[in-house]
Amino acid sequence: MDGARTPFIKARGRPGPFTPVDLAVQAGRPLLLRQPIPPNAFDDVILGCVNVHPDEVNPGRVAVLRLGLDTGTSGWTVQRNCASGMQSIDSAFRAIQGGHADLILAGGTEALSHSPILFRPIMVDWLADWNSAKTLGAKAKLVARLRPGHFSPSFGLLRGLTDPVVELNMGQTAEVLAHQFGISRLAADEYAVESHKRLAAAHANGHLEELEIMIARDGRAYDHDDGVRPDNSVEQLAKLRPAFEPPFGKVTAGNSSQITDGASWVIVASEKAIKKYGLKVLGRIIDSQWASLDPKIMGLGPVLSSTAMMVRNDLDMTDIDYWEINEAFGAQILSCLAAWRDEDFCKSILGLDGAFGAPSQDRLNVDGGAISLGHPVGTSGTRIVLHLLHVLRRNDAKRGVATACIGGGMGGSMLLETA
Amino acid sequence: MTMHTTTKFAQEQLETGSDTVPVAGKWRHWKRRRDPGGVEWLLFDKADASTNTLSADVMAELDQILQNIEAEPPRALVIRSLKKNGFIAGAEISEFTGYGEGEDTEDVVRRGHSLFNRLEGLKCTTIALIHGFCLGGGLELALCCDYRIARSDSQLGLPEVLLGLHPGLGGTARLTRLIPPVDAMTMMLTGRAQRSKKAKALGLVDYVGEERLFAAAVGAAVEGKLKTRRAGKKISLMNWGPVRRFLAGKMEQKTALKVRKDHYPAPFKLIDLWCKYGGSKSQMLEKEPAYFAGLLGSDTAKNLIRVFFLRDRLKGLGKDSKAAISHVHVIGAGTMGGDIAAWCAFKGFEVTLQDREAKYIAPAMKRAEKLFRQKFRDNGRLAKAAWDRLVPDIKGNGIAQADLIIEAVPEDLKIKHAVFSDVEARMKDSAILATNTSSILLEHMRDDLKRPDRFVGLHFFNPVPKMMLVEVIEHDTLDPAVMAAMMGFSAKIDRLPLPVKSAPGFLVNRALMPYLMETMVLLDEGVAPEAIDASAEAFGMPMGPVELADQVGLDVALHVAGVLKRDLEQDLPDMPGWFAKKVEDGHLGRKTGQGLYSYENGKPVKNKEQSKVDPAIADRLILPLLNTCAACLREEIVSDADLVDAGMIFATGFAPFRGGPMNYAQTRGIDDVVDALKSLEEKHGGRFTPDAGWAGLKR
Repeated sequence: MDGARTPFIKARGRPGPFTPVDLAVQAGRPLLLRQPIPPNAFDDVILGCVNVHPDEVNPGRVAVLRLGLDTGTSGWTVQRNCASGMQSIDSAFRAIQGGHADLILAGGTEALSHSPILFRPIMVDWLADWNSAKTLGAKAKLVARLRPGHFSPSFGLLRGLTDPVVELNMGQTAEVLAHQFGISRLAADEYAVESHKRLAAAHANGHLEELEIMIARDGRAYDHDDGVRPDNSVEQLAKLRPAFEPPFGKVTAGNSSQITDGASWVIVASEKAIKKYGLKVLGRIIDSQWASLDPKIMGLGPVLSSTAMMVRNDLDMTDIDYWEINEAFGAQILSCLAAWRDEDFCKSILGLDGAFGAPSQDRLNVDGGAISLGHPVGTSGTRIVLHLLHVLRRNDAKRGVATACIGGGMGGSMLLETA
Repeated sequence: MTMHTTTKFAQEQLETGSDTVPVAGKWRHWKRRRDPGGVEWLLFDKADASTNTLSADVMAELDQILQNIEAEPPRALVIRSLKKNGFIAGAEISEFTGYGEGEDTEDVVRRGHSLFNRLEGLKCTTIALIHGFCLGGGLELALCCDYRIARSDSQLGLPEVLLGLHPGLGGTARLTRLIPPVDAMTMMLTGRAQRSKKAKALGLVDYVGEERLFAAAVGAAVEGKLKTRRAGKKISLMNWGPVRRFLAGKMEQKTALKVRKDHYPAPFKLIDLWCKYGGSKSQMLEKEPAYFAGLLGSDTAKNLIRVFFLRDRLKGLGKDSKAAISHVHVIGAGTMGGDIAAWCAFKGFEVTLQDREAKYIAPAMKRAEKLFRQKFRDNGRLAKAAWDRLVPDIKGNGIAQADLIIEAVPEDLKIKHAVFSDVEARMKDSAILATNTSSILLEHMRDDLKRPDRFVGLHFFNPVPKMMLVEVIEHDTLDPAVMAAMMGFSAKIDRLPLPVKSAPGFLVNRALMPYLMETMVLLDEGVAPEAIDASAEAFGMPMGPVELADQVGLDVALHVAGVLKRDLEQDLPDMPGWFAKKVEDGHLGRKTGQGLYSYENGKPVKNKEQSKVDPAIADRLILPLLNTCAACLREEIVSDADLVDAGMIFATGFAPFRGGPMNYAQTRGIDDVVDALKSLEEKHGGRFTPDAGWAGLKR
């Protein structure tokens, strides 16, 4: 197994230079280049992507063709919201485990900056009427009906980040958790500052081994995650206005994950394929677990899925060397840790005998996370699995868990070991 | 790229009618079949050729077939090619060389004319079913049909002007009546081909589609139900005397801005033909052969046709290579490296482009995007695919996968050695290592190599997308199979390979430098740069040497001049001190906005009053170039004079209508060239001493 990812590029209010498949191609080409794998060897290509570009329906298959893989290689797309990029790896893992495949390219891609801007239903209705209006008179009447309100756009990104069942924005679910577990604004901000510091250090020390450079058509070079703000301070963050529940909320743009574009791939291979092609092995997938809960507290997903997976494998906190928990929100990460330490929660919700204990911060997201480098929704799942393997290898460690909370009320976890 | 079995299945077969049966008679180049509805499919499949051309024997057979058809007319006639690459590429140009000026040429042309007139006059509906190339005489044939149906990959054009001619099978008269004359004349004056979509918009073709729709489209045409859209009123208005004469005047002005009438008469003759006779189709048809025959006898046409065959010869040098190269790795993303990489990606190769950091590769990627957009202007999908094939690679991962690695790092032996040792450690055994050096001898570079037999020179010219030539540089330990592979590769990327021995400056730079250095001496003598450039341009150079030096970059020129002076025994003038000073001061030419000229918006500021043409100046510039070419031949750097001509034309644009430097020397007379050199030698010294090689070049 090997993997690669693009730098995550901060969305700057307009569509970025890459579409989802552009990004997937940018990440995939350098990865495939260093493999001794012929282009027809992959049994399947699975790509996580939430916001599919209208010109790239089924981005998984479009990526197959644009990556120069064999026309006879199938490609498909998975969507499990914030963990789509982990779902793709899990689907590959299950297929190989079940003996249905030997070599699968799995990944995630997302260009949040390309999220569609939509017409409101009132305008869509108007357009339908316009198309069926036959006479000039009918058309004139329709034109007279137009109001400025018809033209006000509706942002796909905002709608996508709002839970349609409980009607809470993702940021509001973090507010719920912060309230339940008593996470302070200061703690969340401190967590965010640390995330940026860690990512900056990782950049400086060359610890992001999976990162490949990317050059846009306009000649701009991207060689690092450009959302990083190493000079951020708690004082600065304190000035920000709560983004979701002003003026009293705790979740701000500063202590939430950033909106970015990026893609990542990993190669998932059976032992047979590794031998056949002489592949370099980064690590092994031992197990995976999905869990579901009330969408209102979706941020606790990692606690549910990880605990279940660890219990099944007879592991406790001391057995896990390193953790990657996707940083949707600072308050959400801290709530997860609080939940694991909370005896009541562990007993009543997780069905354990007592507090499970939480990963220590020096073992968690050691090179920063989505708060500093962003959360391209379909991509993050792949990134944390891939990066965790690099962290484990760098530290001569054995075992790690990569996990993410999922909008809509789920959690996904993957148990990994170095080879 | 891999070809999956389903991809082969997805390819559509040529539509040649259903339930057809052969018509009696045997032809070498044509097949005749009729379907139950009485529609005849006349299928052109030139014997022993991969491309259809209208050679004399093809025309003779067509003559007989037309007689049969006239005697026994079908319901409709469909003319189509069975060649994969297209309909008809044009006349058989090799048959052009036999003709002199005058009567007999005109007779031959008139015979072709009457044949095409008969095709046009057939009573039945005629349909040209076109795919791929439909050029020159091929398009003229299609113009004789009632309908033109084209596949979406077609390119239709009348490129005769590029050979110093204009259409000579009635094309001038028919095209100016089928589509608006301004569009028709533009097509013929530029020689540019139109793709299907544009051709449809012009009214040149009546329907554009795919093979799967052709049976139905032909059926509709036979029934008279195929809709055509022709700009009748606009066409007659533009052909109307006063309007026509006004437009012709404009065309002449515009053409004069691009080419000189004395160098390239064909476009001016074409405008004259239309201006005088465009009012009547029959008159224009009547006059066209005499105009055409006159041009065919001119030196310009003879030399341009010669250049056409030189191009063919160079292309042919790469034909036999069976080397399987699909991945090219380029090291050094500067102007040359970046442009080579982009060009290879454009031509369908997988390309990795290596440099130390993303920021060094970024400008090359930007230029590549511009190239792809320009080349694939009507097809975003292809532009995207080319972009996907070009991968920036700061880690050099491409080296292990590449079949060919091209080094284009700065001209510094130490840097090159460092690159080579990294590459040799990682490259495949079967891969080839090439250098794009312009000044370092290959013998100096191959010393530390483990596999000198797989090391070769591949010298491109700037700008890569414009300059057709690639010098392929040999040396004594090179594996001949590698040499052959590089000839083949050059041809595959649609460049022209020229085999050259490793020697200082190879052919092109060595011949060009005395010309540029003499320019500096002239400047030193106080001759105005404008006068130097004007004199060289009047001779036929595409750009004067002062401007050329600015474009190449004064730093590069100084470096190459220094290397040649050091490594060559040839007597070369010294570069004046002020030249080195300009380089030191950073006035490097166009790229810095200041060189021998100063630049505004990328264009040199010239004083028009100084632009006096002086043939003596041209002689002082051109003769050292000729002299050096003679020396290169004597030293066997290039194997024959034709290859010298090809090299200089395709790398520097040396006056194509003069057929290249050696052809010019022959035309002028070797004795005259030697005498002129001798008298310059008396005035200016040893750098004009005629080379010993001239004696052997006398015919």
